[in-house]
Amino acid sequence: MSTHHHKETFITKYVFSTDHKMISKQYLVTGIFMGIIGVFMSMLFRLQIAWPEESFTIVEAFLGRHQDGGVMTPDMYLALVTIHGTIMVFFVLTAGLSGTFSNLLIPLQIGARDMASGFLNMVSYWLFFLSSVIMLISLFVEAGPAAAGWTIYPPLSALPQAMPGSGLGMTLWLVSMAIFIASSLLGSLNYIVTVLNLRTVGMKMVRLPLTIWAFFVTAIIGVVSFPVLLSAALLLIFDRSFGTSFFLSDIFIQGEVLHYQGGSPVLFEHLFWFLGHPEVYIVILPAMGIVSEVLAANSRKPIFGYRAMIGSIIAIAFLSTIVWGHHMFVSGMNPFLGSVFTFTTLLIAIPSAVKSFNWLTTMWKGNLQMNTATLFSIGFVSTFITGGLTGLVLGDSALDINVHDTYFVVAHFHLVMGVSAIYGMFAGVYHWFPKMYGRMMNKTLGYWHFWITAVAAYGVFFPMHFVGLAGLPRRYYSNTAFPLFDDVADVNIVITLFAILGGASQIIFLANFFISIYKGKKAEQNPWKSNTLEWTTPVEHIHGNWPGELPTVHRWAYDYSKPGHDEDFVVQTTPLLDGEEES
Amino acid sequence: MTALLYVLLAIVFAVAIWQIASILNLKSAIATEKDNNTQGILFVAFGVFFYGLMVFSFWKYSVILLPEAASVEGERYDNLYLITMLLILVVQAITQFLLFFFAFKYRGVKGRKALFYADSHKLEMIWTIIPSVVLAGLVLYGLSVWNDVMDASDAENPLIVEVYAKQFQWEARYAGDDNELGLANVRKIKGINTMGVDMTDKNAMDDVPVRELRLPKGRKVIFKFRSQDVLHSAYMPHFRAQMNCVPGMVTQFAFTPKMTTEEMRANEETIAKVEGINKIRAEKGEEAYEFDYLLLCNKICGSSHYNMQMKIIVEEEAQFNSWLKDQKTMAQVVQ
Repeated sequence: MSTHHHKETFITKYVFSTDHKMISKQYLVTGIFMGIIGVFMSMLFRLQIAWPEESFTIVEAFLGRHQDGGVMTPDMYLALVTIHGTIMVFFVLTAGLSGTFSNLLIPLQIGARDMASGFLNMVSYWLFFLSSVIMLISLFVEAGPAAAGWTIYPPLSALPQAMPGSGLGMTLWLVSMAIFIASSLLGSLNYIVTVLNLRTVGMKMVRLPLTIWAFFVTAIIGVVSFPVLLSAALLLIFDRSFGTSFFLSDIFIQGEVLHYQGGSPVLFEHLFWFLGHPEVYIVILPAMGIVSEVLAANSRKPIFGYRAMIGSIIAIAFLSTIVWGHHMFVSGMNPFLGSVFTFTTLLIAIPSAVKSFNWLTTMWKGNLQMNTATLFSIGFVSTFITGGLTGLVLGDSALDINVHDTYFVVAHFHLVMGVSAIYGMFAGVYHWFPKMYGRMMNKTLGYWHFWITAVAAYGVFFPMHFVGLAGLPRRYYSNTAFPLFDDVADVNIVITLFAILGGASQIIFLANFFISIYKGKKAEQNPWKSNTLEWTTPVEHIHGNWPGELPTVHRWAYDYSKPGHDEDFVVQTTPLLDGEEES
Repeated sequence: MTALLYVLLAIVFAVAIWQIASILNLKSAIATEKDNNTQGILFVAFGVFFYGLMVFSFWKYSVILLPEAASVEGERYDNLYLITMLLILVVQAITQFLLFFFAFKYRGVKGRKALFYADSHKLEMIWTIIPSVVLAGLVLYGLSVWNDVMDASDAENPLIVEVYAKQFQWEARYAGDDNELGLANVRKIKGINTMGVDMTDKNAMDDVPVRELRLPKGRKVIFKFRSQDVLHSAYMPHFRAQMNCVPGMVTQFAFTPKMTTEEMRANEETIAKVEGINKIRAEKGEEAYEFDYLLLCNKICGSSHYNMQMKIIVEEEAQFNSWLKDQKTMAQVVQ
């Protein structure tokens, strides 16, 4: 980056900015906006699940022609769960989480002036923005948005005759996702190149904070797996629009035989989950990185087992690409493949256990500073363990049979990747807000936000396991057609009440976030007394991050409470003392 | 318009929250020792809530769970499930306790320095090896159950049934006297031949199409699944069985029913569950419910996905055989 500054206009500074810090904020605000929509949708369909035949003015107000007297239509219900899933997984937890913090922290924590390519970075954000806009436009098409589930399995998603959402809504979904994937690939390539090439003097790979390791490996998984989803989306577009038969065969619908022959929906499932499973690690690894950093800094202790943490990130990443079949135990694929995928899937429990125990040991004998970010990090460890453990049931082909696609799965993945990743994101926002906006977020509101969210999250997802074990399939508009499930209705009401509590409590966060941007207390340079490089930059953002020379790194990021130092933290730029050994 | 009101309401609410926080002059941002103390104690309280919620859920919601498995293979399933669940609960109880306890016990105190403890090869080995060994056991046991459940070989003279899915209903076809299903393809669907059975195939003539699924107790049943339009999933929770129905291919699954419908109705767990259900139904003024096995769709398949079901009746083999004999064969139906 040259020191030559050309004049910034409003457009180049706030809109088409190439500065990673601004792009990071753009990702965050877009992610939050999409998150509001995604969470709000879940409130609407939870009303339907708890009180299937009742009329709600809020449903009437928002769903227009897709409701009848305040009761949503079955097709709209399916559309809501579909778009909720799509928005939360891709737009909030992939772009919003990874996009925000990879952009903010990679240059700042490795000691670089910006991303390797500021221009590609800008293009990446605007493609993401465009794909968000298209996804939102799809909500307003005549027949409703895509409704075949976020996994959009054909033939349901391929045939407009099969459901109204598979018409224009599905086309827009596919176009939006194709653009999203392009955005994600540009971003990921940039992250990888930046981490490999732009580390400052002394910043060896084994001195990188775990956040960077997590973002780096996440980007690699993204580059490996997202193109496969792109190919699946393209082939599906071909099947839908140009009459090919990649995924379709022998179909008789609405009284006529369609021409498709020789394709297989199972092929689509393979392609989808080849991304779909790594995707959950794309979502959770950045959160793990953030939690590792926040827990160590706030425990005032080194992260326990730094090298084992890196090893387990890499192991998880590798394994994540060879376990996709555990989503397909009952898809009709060869049972022998089921055995293989059971084996690889349960292997993931090992690095996951290592990480969990390492976080616990990091807290052990620490001096925990209970900042809001700390609370969310502890919450992360809790939900990650609770949700992860039920993976032992779902990852085991023999046990998956009976809980597959029931609410047990919904409870499992919401805890292990939904709630956990959101906690990771909140921890990141509270922790790096001073770096992003130069002001602090309010602590008291943060505490309220965490505690209500934590109670609500378990209140929603713990009882939900029982609903699944009672045999209730997910994506049922209503269970009134089955007297067998009449006794589940009460549990569903409890869950919905907690869901509304949890959803509403996010208003506390929104208030805290947006008002703190303008009115929060001014931040000090290093408010949490952290070791990492981002806190050596000035509070006011400048192009190129550091006013003078780039910092030189002399030690790893986790010298907290190291004997021989007066303070309980040692910034990475501090040279080793005489006779001091590097940890 | 009402939608706009809701949005405005949320914004007003958000501003109000901030105002309350400002009035209390709580613009501070970094945790003080007092905060560490309060939050540490709150984690203990949260631990109590957490375990309370677990205990409450098990106590209150156990009755809604499925009754014991109604198939021979399902029994093995239940065993594996029980072992896995016990393991999960033990690990869960210990780790969550440590987490909340550490949050309380090591809450920050001014002037105290944390222990500089960065690594321990021994500890890392412990929590790599122990999970590995436990998982190896689970995997091996799981695979043995899996092979058992997925065994669709015809060594034991199984009954062969085709289960056929379409938006939004189920049909079925028994293989008939020769116990071999006739060929079928959706291109042959015509009038009353709703499953597209190929009537030129000699195996097809004696096939028996039905709209209600009956199974004999004690005889292995091999299910062959087909779908005519989109993906469906044949889910028979009481038998711990599920398989997707995929257009363009035949998938399969097998199990041996071990309890007739009557026997299941007399099962203690079923009675408790049905009592609970009927109490709720009585309050709503709905007629009493009697237990039946069900086949339900468990793969999103369109608008009426939530109401795609078929009753399953399990009866003694003799009873089943005489019922089957009374049904019309394909040859009779098509003529």
